[in-house]
Amino acid sequence: MIEIRGLTKKFTTAYDTFTALSDVNLSIEDGEIFGIIGMSGAGKSTLVRCINLLEKPDKGSIIINGCDLTALSEKKLRCQRRDISMIFQQFNLLMQKTCLKNVCFPMEIASVPREKAKARAMELLEIVGLPDKALAYPAQLSGGQKQRVAIARALASNPKVLMCDEATSALDPRTTRSILSLIADINKRLNITVIIITHEMAVIEAVCSRVAILDKSRVVECGKVEDIFANPKTEAARRLFYPDAQPETQKPSSGTLVRLVFEGGTSYEPLIASLAIDCGVKVNILGADTRNINGKAFGTMLLGLPDNPVDAAKVFAYIKQRPHIRIEEVRDNEHGA
Amino acid sequence: MNMALDPKIAEALRIICTEGPFAIWETLYSVALTTLFAYVIGLPLGVILVVGEPGGVFPLPKTLMYVLNVVVNLLRSIPFLILMIMVIPLARLILGTSVGTPATIVSLVVAAFPFVARVVESSLREVNGGVIEAAQSMGASPMQIILKVILPESLPSLISGATIALTTILSYGAMSGILGGGGLGKIAINYGYYQYNYIVMTAAVILLIILVQIFQSVGTWLAVKEDKRITRKK
Repeated sequence: MIEIRGLTKKFTTAYDTFTALSDVNLSIEDGEIFGIIGMSGAGKSTLVRCINLLEKPDKGSIIINGCDLTALSEKKLRCQRRDISMIFQQFNLLMQKTCLKNVCFPMEIASVPREKAKARAMELLEIVGLPDKALAYPAQLSGGQKQRVAIARALASNPKVLMCDEATSALDPRTTRSILSLIADINKRLNITVIIITHEMAVIEAVCSRVAILDKSRVVECGKVEDIFANPKTEAARRLFYPDAQPETQKPSSGTLVRLVFEGGTSYEPLIASLAIDCGVKVNILGADTRNINGKAFGTMLLGLPDNPVDAAKVFAYIKQRPHIRIEEVRDNEHGA
Repeated sequence: MNMALDPKIAEALRIICTEGPFAIWETLYSVALTTLFAYVIGLPLGVILVVGEPGGVFPLPKTLMYVLNVVVNLLRSIPFLILMIMVIPLARLILGTSVGTPATIVSLVVAAFPFVARVVESSLREVNGGVIEAAQSMGASPMQIILKVILPESLPSLISGATIALTTILSYGAMSGILGGGGLGKIAINYGYYQYNYIVMTAAVILLIILVQIFQSVGTWLAVKEDKRITRKK
C-alpha cells in the first residue's frame, strides 16, 4: 500500500515560488490500477516524481508498505526505488544499447550476474511480445515497440509498483489500447500495483479502478472511476470528463444559458423533444457531451433559453422535476473558461 | 625537352625525403601523447563540469564549480604561443628540460586539456535528461549513471569531439615548432620562415593537411559506425 500524506512541493525560481503540489493525500491499495488525471500543469508529473523521490517533497511523507521513503538515506532510497519502476512518455531507452541490454540494465545496476540477467531479460521480452527484437536497437523500433521494451525493462527489477507517466500519450489510439491492455495484463498476472498518470480520460476509463483528479496542485476528487463518471462533483472533473461540454464560440447574443447535468437517468427518454412539446418552449442546444453507459445517461448539455423570463422559468421547473438531471445557470464569466 | 628538375625543387625533395619521415613520426607521437594526456585530465574534468552543476547527477559545491569554470576559461583565453612560454618552467619541473619535443608536449597538454574538457562537456550535455531520470528511477548511483549511461550514450559525440581535439592539437603542435618542438611544424618554420624555402614549407603544410584529412575521415567514420541512433547507414 502506498500512502501519500500531506505532500507539498514548491519550486523556487529567481522571481517567485510556484506551488506544484499542495497538501496531497492519497492512498493506493496493493494490486489496484490507480489513475491520476489532470490538465497540463496540474502537478501530475511532479506528484509521480515525488512518489519515488526523484523530486524531494518540501512537506509530507510517502509511505510504501510501512516504510517512509522521505526518512531514508540516499543509499537505502536507491534500493527502495528498485521496487518502484517507472515508464515514460518518451520511453527513455538507452539509444546506444540493444533492447536486450536495455532490459538487462536495471539488473546490471543491481549487480545481478550477467548470464542470469540475460535469461531474465529474454523472458521479459517474451512477456511484452518482442522476443525477436532482443538484438535490435531502439532506433529501429516503432513507438509502441519502444514502450514495450521500456515495460520489460521496468519489470526487470521485480517491482511492486509500476508508475506510468503519460506512457501512452505519444502513441496512436490503437497502440495506446494495446499498451494499456499489456499493462492491465501485467497488473493481473504479476499482481503489480499500477499508477497511471494521464491527461486522457480514455486511458482512465479503459483500465483504472480508482482515480484521483488533480487540479491546480490539489487533489480535488478521488474515488471509484464509475462513481466519479456518474457524479463529478467539481468543475475540474466535469471539464476532464466532458471536455466538449462547453462550446467556447457559440454564445447567443441574448437569453439565458443553462447547463444540464445528466447524472445517470435513463438515456432513452427524448428530453429536449418532451421539453418543447410539454412546455412549448424552443430551446437551442449549444453543445453537448454526453455518454451512454449501460443505458444510463451521463454528461452535460448546454442550452440556450429564450429571452422571455416566463419561458425560462418553465424550463427550470420542468427539468427540476426530472430525476437524475440537474439544471444550473451558466454565468458569463464562467462560460468558456 | 629538359627532364632535369629545377635544382630548388630537387633540393626541397631531398630535404622532405630525408627529414620528412622522422618529422611525421614526431608529429604523430607528440599529437598522440598530447591527446592522451589531455583526455586523461580533460575527460574527468568535462564530466565534473556537467554532473557537478546544481541539479546535476552529482551536485558539487558551487564555489568549486565556479573555480573550475574560471580556470578552464582562463587557460582557454591565453593565446597558445604565450601559454607555451608561460609553461616552460612547468616543463622544466616535470622533465628537467624546457626544450625538445617532450617539453613541448607538456605545454601542448596544458593548452589542450581545457579545450578537451569543454568539448567533452558539450558532448555530455547532449544526453537526454529523460534517460538519466530513468536510470535514477531504477536506483542507479551517480557513478553508475556516469559510467553506464552518460558516457556510453554520448560515445558517438565524444568520438567526433576527439577528432576535433586531435586536429586542433595537430595545429598547436605545428606551432610548437617555433619553440623547439619537433615535427612537420618545425620543418615548415625552419625552412620556410627562416630560410625562405617556400617549397619545403608548402610540402610540410601539404603533409599536415593530409594528416588532418586522415584523422577527420577516420573520426567521422568511427562516430557514425558507433552511433546506434542512425538506422540507415551507407
